[in-house]
Amino acid sequence: MNAWLYVGIFIALSLFFPALLAVLGLILGPRRPNPIKTDTYECGLETVGETWVQFKVQYYLFALVFLVFDVEVVFLYPWAVAYHALPFYGVVEGVIFVVMLAAALVYAWRKGALEWS
Amino acid sequence: MGILSQPIGVIAEWLRNLLLGWGLSQGLTTVLLYLLGGAVVAILVQTWVIFLIWYERKLIGRIQDRLGPNRVGPYGLLQPFADFIKIMTKEVIVPSGADKPLYFWGPILMDAGVLMLWAVIPLMPMVGMDLNVAALYTIAVGGFATLGILLSGWSSNNKFALVSAIRTVAQMVSYEVPTVLALLIPVLLAGTMSLHGIVEAQHVWYIVFAPLAFVIYFLASVAENGRSPFDLMEAESEIVAGFHIEYSGMVFAIFYVADFLHAFTIGALAAVLFLGGWRGPGAESFPLLGFVYLWIKAFAVYFVGVWVRGTVPRVRVDQLMNFSWKFLTPVALILLVLTAVLDHFVFGLGAWARALSHLLMNVVVAVAVLRYLEHHEKVRASRRQMVAQPGQYPVARPPRPAVAENPTEAAS
Amino acid sequence: MTAMQIIFLLTAVVTLFSAFRVVTTPNMIHAALWLVTTLVGVAVLYVLLSASFLAVAQVVIYVGAIAILMMFVIMLTRREMRDHGPQIGKQWPWAAVLAVLFFGGVVWMVQSMSLAAAPAAEVPQTAIADLGKALVSPNGFVIPFEVASVLLLAALIGAVYVAWTRRHS
Repeated sequence: MNAWLYVGIFIALSLFFPALLAVLGLILGPRRPNPIKTDTYECGLETVGETWVQFKVQYYLFALVFLVFDVEVVFLYPWAVAYHALPFYGVVEGVIFVVMLAAALVYAWRKGALEWS
Repeated sequence: MGILSQPIGVIAEWLRNLLLGWGLSQGLTTVLLYLLGGAVVAILVQTWVIFLIWYERKLIGRIQDRLGPNRVGPYGLLQPFADFIKIMTKEVIVPSGADKPLYFWGPILMDAGVLMLWAVIPLMPMVGMDLNVAALYTIAVGGFATLGILLSGWSSNNKFALVSAIRTVAQMVSYEVPTVLALLIPVLLAGTMSLHGIVEAQHVWYIVFAPLAFVIYFLASVAENGRSPFDLMEAESEIVAGFHIEYSGMVFAIFYVADFLHAFTIGALAAVLFLGGWRGPGAESFPLLGFVYLWIKAFAVYFVGVWVRGTVPRVRVDQLMNFSWKFLTPVALILLVLTAVLDHFVFGLGAWARALSHLLMNVVVAVAVLRYLEHHEKVRASRRQMVAQPGQYPVARPPRPAVAENPTEAAS
Repeated sequence: MTAMQIIFLLTAVVTLFSAFRVVTTPNMIHAALWLVTTLVGVAVLYVLLSASFLAVAQVVIYVGAIAILMMFVIMLTRREMRDHGPQIGKQWPWAAVLAVLFFGGVVWMVQSMSLAAAPAAEVPQTAIADLGKALVSPNGFVIPFEVASVLLLAALIGAVYVAWTRRHS
């Protein structure tokens, strides 16, 4: 619990320092906004139309495949910590788990979900 | 407890007695001491970034056969200070239509996401809090940096920033998978998620056990940081500075500082996980020496990062994604399975025997992977025939379903 | 009031307030961010219960993957999901009554359980190793562990299939 107290205090500090820098920048810098300066940057041209992005399925697929692998790896961490106390079939069970998810990777690969086209 | 053999312990005891003498309760004293210790680490790390900025600019300059900053102060050492003062006094131009709270939370979250890592890095033996889930904690705080980038890109109210932010996050997220997988290998070998425990278990450095895991971890972390050669998403010639287009003045400096600090933190984490952390001759009796060793090792890994940055050209975006998903992740998975199976049989042997058997397995895997890539490239190259017509440039024919048996027949 | 109780109350207030803002804020991105705060609040509650592994797993999966995924979707489909008006529906008095009744029922149930007043058991040092052992032991959770991998495989196949048909349509 003490360790988490230190980590919690450190997290608060690490949020505080950049915030302090930002406030310092706001105070020390001049503040003279005018419509041309605060306009959206588009390589010197006027912006046309709303700010929106073409929905490409690739972005979503990458995040989704990452999610599946993230959950898998989080399951593997307790297995890895308990590794040295496990009999051989414990190791085999972990390997089966990894092989299932390697199969998932192969499926996504073959189906072209990992292409950036 | 002499001052040299346990410097932090002695200072902490003295401070604690001082505070208790002032009549503060035990709990409040603990909190204040933690606050002081944390502030010291955070400030140390942030001032170190100033030196890193100078060092990187000098080194990249030398790699590119030029001098780097050399006017401000001897050898240009005061350059980062000049830069810092300049950028502090520049105007923070908040774009019109920007979501004000999110606009400021973006860089803050990104910088915080890197600083928070320093809470768990073991700087010295016997010092520092031992968080028992530190390895996974390093991944957890990476999520905040990713969130910060998304917020910056969105709140800038700029198409380029948004597209770049989404692509950068897709890149970061793709490289997080090999990072987490490669991180699993030191955890497996040491039997604990605590970084202190991993350092203490490294009687033989884990880079001898699993050099391939070190390479995967290092490359994936550098790519997640968005450094060259993986800086497609934020390079000026590509998408006009990416998600921090609309940031100027101090808030841009926060991004810059976070970038450099992350590069050094990768070095520190790689040193802790694979290079033995504070281990070295005499580190147990003189903890400050351990701190020096850790810093040197972290700096060595950082140096390699800067070296790669100055030497290798940028990779294309599809090469970027393929490298993570189709190369690093499968290799990491194979390595994990083989390490798990092998360690079960060699765990009982002595430290060096165990290390060398793992090293052998790593070498075998690396050679097998390289051979496979070679073979794969040969197969692909044979599918593309280079045909030279008289008086014209050779053009590659479109790939044919069957490989041409006879090269002379294909060229006629 | 011990320090733990104060921290718990603060965390609970922040979590509940964030959860309330998730459903009442008209801006979708703000809602996603309030959700992130809620999830981090839950992670802090796990830490207070000495479940460190669950706390970091919560942040890694929920904040690092699911919240990112949600924000991707919101940002990429902004055209269709503009900010609407006030988010509180017309039936809110009935919903409030139901919520209060439900809350009262849960409180009564928890209080009538004898476990609620017992002191918390000591969490062993080897908690994570025990969890790992339990995950792969035949008298433990090995079947759910392996089924989870099959479930993840199925989820990935399903998602790729749905997105693939969308891409080629």
